[in-house]
Amino acid sequence: MSAHAKPAPIEARFWTPGVFVMVAFMLTGFLFVIARYIGGLAAVTNLDDAHPWGLWIGIDVATGVALAAGGFTTAALAHIFGRHQYETVTRPALLTAMLGYTFVSLGLVVDIGRSWAIWHPAVYWQGDSVLFEVAMCVMIYLHVLYIEFIPIVVQHFKGKISLPGRLSIFDDVIEGLLGLTDRILDKVMWVFIIAGVVLSCMHQSGLGSLMLIAPTKLHPLWYTPILPLLFLTSAIAAGYPMVVFETTLATSSLGLDGEMDILTPLTRVTIFLLGIYMGIKIGDMVVRGTYVYLLDGTVQSKAFLVEMLVGVIIPWFMLLTPGLRHSRRALFIACTLIISGVALNRINVFLVGYQPPYAETSYFPAIGEMAITAGFISALIFIYKVCVTYLPVLSPQDQEVIP
Amino acid sequence: MKINRRFFLGIGGTMVGGALIVRPKKARAVRKPKAPSDPYGCLMDLTVCVGCRKCEQACNRVHGLPAPQVSFDDLRVLEHKRRPNVTAYTVVNRHYTGKLDERNLLIPTFVKVQCMHCQDPACVSACIVGALTKKDNGAVHYDDSKCMGCRYCMVACPFQIPAYDYHDPLTPQVRKSTFCYDRIIKVGGKPACAVICPVEAILFGKRSQIIKVARRRIKNDPGRYLDRIYGEYEVGGTSWLYISGDPFEKLGFLDLPSRPIPHLAETIQQGLFSYLWAPLSLFAILGGCMWTFNRKQIKGNSEPERMEDNS
Repeated sequence: MSAHAKPAPIEARFWTPGVFVMVAFMLTGFLFVIARYIGGLAAVTNLDDAHPWGLWIGIDVATGVALAAGGFTTAALAHIFGRHQYETVTRPALLTAMLGYTFVSLGLVVDIGRSWAIWHPAVYWQGDSVLFEVAMCVMIYLHVLYIEFIPIVVQHFKGKISLPGRLSIFDDVIEGLLGLTDRILDKVMWVFIIAGVVLSCMHQSGLGSLMLIAPTKLHPLWYTPILPLLFLTSAIAAGYPMVVFETTLATSSLGLDGEMDILTPLTRVTIFLLGIYMGIKIGDMVVRGTYVYLLDGTVQSKAFLVEMLVGVIIPWFMLLTPGLRHSRRALFIACTLIISGVALNRINVFLVGYQPPYAETSYFPAIGEMAITAGFISALIFIYKVCVTYLPVLSPQDQEVIP
Repeated sequence: MKINRRFFLGIGGTMVGGALIVRPKKARAVRKPKAPSDPYGCLMDLTVCVGCRKCEQACNRVHGLPAPQVSFDDLRVLEHKRRPNVTAYTVVNRHYTGKLDERNLLIPTFVKVQCMHCQDPACVSACIVGALTKKDNGAVHYDDSKCMGCRYCMVACPFQIPAYDYHDPLTPQVRKSTFCYDRIIKVGGKPACAVICPVEAILFGKRSQIIKVARRRIKNDPGRYLDRIYGEYEVGGTSWLYISGDPFEKLGFLDLPSRPIPHLAETIQQGLFSYLWAPLSLFAILGGCMWTFNRKQIKGNSEPERMEDNS
C-alpha cells in the first residue's frame, strides 16, 4: 500500500485578520436573523407572492448542496474505486461536505416560514413531492456525513484521554468507548460510504426535479425533462474542482504544501466528468431547439451564455491544455470557473430563469438576505478553520504520492 | 501517477450505469390520476358579471379577513389590476377588450380571480408535508397545522395564486381561496361568493353538471359566447370554469397546457423510487465496485478502509 501523508492538526495562527472579518460577517448576519424572527420574512427579504424563493434557496441551499459534492465524489474515488492515493483530500472534502450540509439545513431553518416545524416532513410523509425526497435524503445524508467524520475525532482523542482531578477515574471508560466506536465503525463504514454516494446521487438529481413542477414559469433554456440528470452530472463535475479550490485556498493561506501531485490528476478526471455534463447540456439544447433563445438579448439568454461559456466551456479547454493543468494558478482559475459555473446554473434555474406570470417587479435580494447568507458562509469557513486547526483533517507533510 | 485504462473504464462504466439508472424511466411508471370523480365546481359567466365586488366582500366576511383600506363599494380600485393576496382571497379585475357599445364607449369585462381548485393540483403534488390536499368535493384544502412554510406550492401553482404571510415571524400561513370548504361540506352549502352574487354570474354545482350548463348557454347563444370553457381542460381541468364573449387571452387568462402540471415530476419520481429500485441498484453496483477495486488490499490487509491510524 502506498505511503500516505498523515492528516494532523495544523500549527498556524488562528486569529488572523481574515478571521476577524469573518466574525464581523457572522455578527451582522446574526443581527438580521434576529430581525427575521421579530418582523417575519418581510422584514429582511424581498420575497413576495410572485417570488417565494430567493437568495437563500438559490445560494444557501441549491448551490450549497452542489458545491458540497466534493464529499461524495472523493469518497467514491478513494474508497469505492480504490484510488487510495487521494485519501489525503477525502478528509477536507468530507469536512466541507459536513459543514456545507449543516449550513444548508440552517439556511432552510431561517428560510421556511415556520422554522419550528422543520421536523414535519419526517412525520407527515408526502411521497409525491420531489421536495420530500430531497429533504429526506439531505436529512439522512447529513447524519451519514457526521458518522463518517466520527473516526477523525476518535482518532484525535484516542489514547490521550486524561480528565482533570477526580474525573480521571472515567479515563479508562472513555478510552474503552472510543476504542469500541473505532472498531465498530471500522467494520461498518463501507455501508455509510456507499450510502453517502447513493443518497447524494438521489438528492443532487432531486434538486433538479424540483423545478419540473413549474413548466410554465421556468425559462425554456433551463426547463428540460432531464433537469435532474443535468443537476447530477454538474454536481459530480463540480466535486473535484471544489476540492482543488478549497485545498489550494487552505494550503496557501495556511502555508502548506500545495498538493499539486494530487490535484493535477484529479482534474484529469474532471475533464471527463465536465465533458459529460457539457455534452448532455449542449445536446439537450440542440434536441429541444432552445438555441433560438441564445441571442435574444434578454437577461436570461445572457445569464445562460455566461453560465455555459465562462463556467463550462472555457475551463474545460483550460483543463485540456497540459501546460495549464500543471500550473497551480491556472488550475485554480479553471476550477474556480467550473464551480462558479455550477453555482450560476443553480442561481439561473431557481432565480434568473424563474419567470412567474403577473409579477409586477422582478426579484433582487435584499441587504438582509445577503447579510445572512454572508454570515452563514463566514461561519462555515470559521468552523472549517477551527476543525483543521484542532483535528487531523489536512495532511501537512510534503510527501510523494506513489501510484 | 497516471490514470490507466482500467481505472477509466471502471469509473466510466459505473458513471454510465449510474446515469442510466438515474435517467428518467418514463415507461416504468404509469401515474395514477388524482382528480376526484364527482367534484363540485363554479361556473363564472363573464358576460353577466357587472363588477360590483360583492363577492369580494362576502369572501372577506366569511373568512374573517381584515377590513380593506378602500371600502368594497368604491369601484375606483378597479382602475388597477389586482391579484389575490393575504387579505383578499378573491379579487375582481376590469378589462377593456376594445368592444364598443352603441355610444362608442368601451365595454368593460369583469373577471373574478381566485384559486381555480385544479382537478390535479400542482400545489398538492408539490406540498412536502401534505398540508394541501384535493378533497372529493373539489376543494384544494390547506391545513396550516402541517405546513412548515417552504412555499414550494407557490412555486408550483401555474395560476400564481397562493399568497404568503411574510410579515408573520413564527406562524405564517399560505393564503388562498378555500372554496368555502366548511360551507360546501354541509348539504345545500355554497361558496359565499356564489350565494351573494346579485346577477347570478357564478353558478355552483356538480362540475359535470355545470359543464353541461355552460355548453347549453354557448350553444343557445353563439353570438354572445366564444366556444370555449376555460378550465375544462387547462392543467387537467379546474373546479372553477369560465365562459366569455371575449378572448380569454385579453382578459388576463394564461394559456396553459392540458396535461396536469405534476405529471412529469411525479412520473420521474415514481419511476425512480418505486420500491426504491434505483437507489438499491446503485448501492449494489457501487458495492460491487468497492469489492472489485479493493480486492487486492482486502487480501493483503484485513482493514482496507482503515484510514491513517496504522502507525
